[in-house]
Amino acid sequence: MSAHILVATTGRILRQLRHDRRTIALLILMPTLLLTLLYFMYDGQEQAFNRIALIMLGVFPFIMMLLITSIAMLRERTSGTLERMFTTPVGKLDLLFAYGIAFGVAATVQAAVTALLAYWLLGLETAGSAGLVVLIAVANAVLGVALGLLCSAFARTEFQAVQFMPVVAAPQLFLCGLFVARPDMAGWLEGISNVMPLSYSVEALMEVGAHPSATGTMWRDLIIVLCVVVAALALGAATLRRRTP
Amino acid sequence: MITAASCARCLARPNLIIHLALNFEGIAMDTAIEVDDLVVERGKHPVLHGISTRIQRGVITGLLGPSGSGKTTLMRAIVGSQVVKAGDVRVFGYPAGSASLRHRVGYVTQSPSVYGDLTVGENVRYFASLYKYGATEAAAAIANVGLDGHEDQMVSTLSGGQRARASLACALVGQPDILVLDEPTVGLDPVLREELWRQFRALAEAGTTLLVSSHVMDEANRCDRLILIREGSVIADDAPGAIKTAADADDMDKAFLTLISAQGEKG
Ligand SMILES: Nc1ncnc2c1ncn2[C@@H]1O[C@H](COP(=O)(O)OP(=O)(O)OP(=O)(O)O)[C@@H](O)[C@H]1O
Ligand SMILES: [Mg+2]
Repeated sequence: MSAHILVATTGRILRQLRHDRRTIALLILMPTLLLTLLYFMYDGQEQAFNRIALIMLGVFPFIMMLLITSIAMLRERTSGTLERMFTTPVGKLDLLFAYGIAFGVAATVQAAVTALLAYWLLGLETAGSAGLVVLIAVANAVLGVALGLLCSAFARTEFQAVQFMPVVAAPQLFLCGLFVARPDMAGWLEGISNVMPLSYSVEALMEVGAHPSATGTMWRDLIIVLCVVVAALALGAATLRRRTP
Repeated sequence: MITAASCARCLARPNLIIHLALNFEGIAMDTAIEVDDLVVERGKHPVLHGISTRIQRGVITGLLGPSGSGKTTLMRAIVGSQVVKAGDVRVFGYPAGSASLRHRVGYVTQSPSVYGDLTVGENVRYFASLYKYGATEAAAAIANVGLDGHEDQMVSTLSGGQRARASLACALVGQPDILVLDEPTVGLDPVLREELWRQFRALAEAGTTLLVSSHVMDEANRCDRLILIREGSVIADDAPGAIKTAADADDMDKAFLTLISAQGEKG
């Protein structure tokens, strides 16, 4: 890895994103619009809205970044730019970290805007600070990026890549405690949910929702999520092939 | 195995004639690329059947052969992006694709590989920055391929030939010691082709090694050396004049046809 290549590549990915105005608009507006929808669905049920909106603040960036990253990486592969990139001084880690940082920056903007509107317009209330919510949301986005990069190694076409969204995201979403509290699940389901990273970020968000200051559980959960990010990036690097058949 | 090309001292001081005499393999010390018994399979089918060749430093080598004969595959093996089954490919004495070669080898793929969602300028400046070059070098590379005035145009809106030239500019900007160009002039008009070949020649004279694949026989005549492959085997590897003489033909088109069909009868 080298710093100037990492900076150049991160800048290039952000520039690509900047040219795509519609994607930026969708990235920034979509979560807010969906939260607004939830707001009207749970009209008058403040408790329920607070719980679901808080979890969604973490889930949206995860799902969006998972999708965007796997498509972006697939495009690098199918357009031949990935093959070309590997004949230049760009290393695998340069590329993976550049994607992580660039989309992490995009996710920070997204999470900040969504949280701002959720607290101000929709009256979201959490015992802990909004800053921690944004921090966890960004960690979730980076988790989405890392898993997206890993998934794209197993997809040959766009059709396959979008199929990975339900495969990777849906089970995590079902088992993360949004629908059924994790301790109330059958033992084997709880076991599965225990090895899914989204369970920990949702738990961290719920800690922020319930406690005025950051708790040890929250930090532990955040660290677990970041460890999964590093592991996914390392696996992603291992599955990224410089030489292809 | 010590060959002249793998000898660092030789590389640094190409005038050390004595090494020529000491070189027991008889390889000229100005060899840039050595390919030995290269076997490549793609999709379970053998594509290259034990190819061996030497590509000289500072000259233009043309790679010719019918469609599907394995030109792109050989080039991919040289830049280190092809899985090879057996054999050895060395560039400046290092195994193809080594980290130390990656700032010295420029590769232009057959179908242009540039970012469609960036402008021409952004693409070339990105590639420039990978080699620690800046906007000045990027602008020069863009002008060299005749795309000045299109800096701010999105690559996705370029014509086919313009996109190919944008892709070429991204390789030129790194000022590599070896340029591997897979059909760089396809779809270009004669004026542009003439202009690009003048630049290839100037680069070779400045010491750059060029390997250029082509289908155009007029371009074959502009090369210093030609490698002719058919169905994954080298059938001729010589100067254009010598190839024409060997085939007893007075133009390259005829020589090509004669050699291809003669080989076909043998096989
Ligand atoms: N990804 C692949 N999987 C399987 N077979 C492949 C693949 N790519 C190429 N081939 C086969 O390998 C052979 C050589 O292909 P290659 O691209 O090297 O030919 P070429 O000489 O560059 O042809 P052209 O002049 O048409 O570009 C062809 O028969 C082709 O069908
Ligand atoms: Mg080809």
